[in-house]
Amino acid sequence: MSMDNLVRIIEKTQMKEVPEFRPGDTVRVHVKVKEGDKERIQAYEGIVISIRGSGISKTFTVRRIAAGGIGVERIFPLYAPTIDKIEVVRRGKVRRAKLYYLRDVKGKVKIKERKQ
Amino acid sequence: MKFIIARKIGMTRLWKDDKVIPVTVLKAGPCYVVQKKTVEKDGYNAVQLGFEEVSEKKVTKPMLGVFKKANLKPMRVLKEFRVDDVDKYTVGQEITVAIFEEGDKIDITGWSKGRGFAGAMKRWNFQGGPRAHGAKFHRELGSVGQHTEPARIFKGKKMPGRYGNERITILNSEVVKIDPENHLLAVKGGVPGARGSLVLIRSAVKPK
Repeated sequence: MSMDNLVRIIEKTQMKEVPEFRPGDTVRVHVKVKEGDKERIQAYEGIVISIRGSGISKTFTVRRIAAGGIGVERIFPLYAPTIDKIEVVRRGKVRRAKLYYLRDVKGKVKIKERKQ
Repeated sequence: MKFIIARKIGMTRLWKDDKVIPVTVLKAGPCYVVQKKTVEKDGYNAVQLGFEEVSEKKVTKPMLGVFKKANLKPMRVLKEFRVDDVDKYTVGQEITVAIFEEGDKIDITGWSKGRGFAGAMKRWNFQGGPRAHGAKFHRELGSVGQHTEPARIFKGKKMPGRYGNERITILNSEVVKIDPENHLLAVKGGVPGARGSLVLIRSAVKPK
């Protein structure tokens, strides 16, 4: 067995089930937030503008427009234990793998819906 | 004392609590006890382990006899590990990753990547000179001593030369994950040597 496969076997022990999504999709990420010794769940919703890496190191970037029209981007490791769950809210149809152009879009971002 | 022979597979990262830690994946064992060395017979106590089965053509006839005696298949790698009490081991005994537990402190011995004849910057982390702005002093090692007194270069002066390809032991590394089914071991941090190189593992001799 190739050596890379053996590394993947070790990685798989920590990779949990995640929904399939692509750049352009709108997702809601439920993040576990620790406050003192209490733990609560906080949702973060936005457009996936990039997915990079492979195996357990895979990450995705979610961009959302926060209060005051300020763009906020958060990079999540896909298999982070701090992520409670990921919901796909809307499937978007885009022609790029990295949607960095959205950073320069003024006003509302329009992405067509992707049909299954 | 736990010990095993392994091969370096590659690096990745794993989650420990909420933090990512770098790990090296090793394919460790299964190893078999081929011989036992005793004080009476050999002058020291050790257990000789074999690793990676090979066809009979690959080993010499005298070695084949050694494996026949132990009732084992011929193996590519033979390494000895010093032990206090040889009687705990039997010839032909199998040693797998299952002897380790997650969180165990281990020492890892490997042979570092050979870098050939390396300059002082690579070999000793010398600073070198500026790369531009009209400088004529780039990757040289600079002054190697004084003048009339002592009129020689001191022994042990750090200079260019052969670098790498030496036996290095990493102390107190940690076992992060074990996969007994596939004979895999994930240890925290790096391990000397290239991917596919031989690695010896034993429980830490100087645990903190």
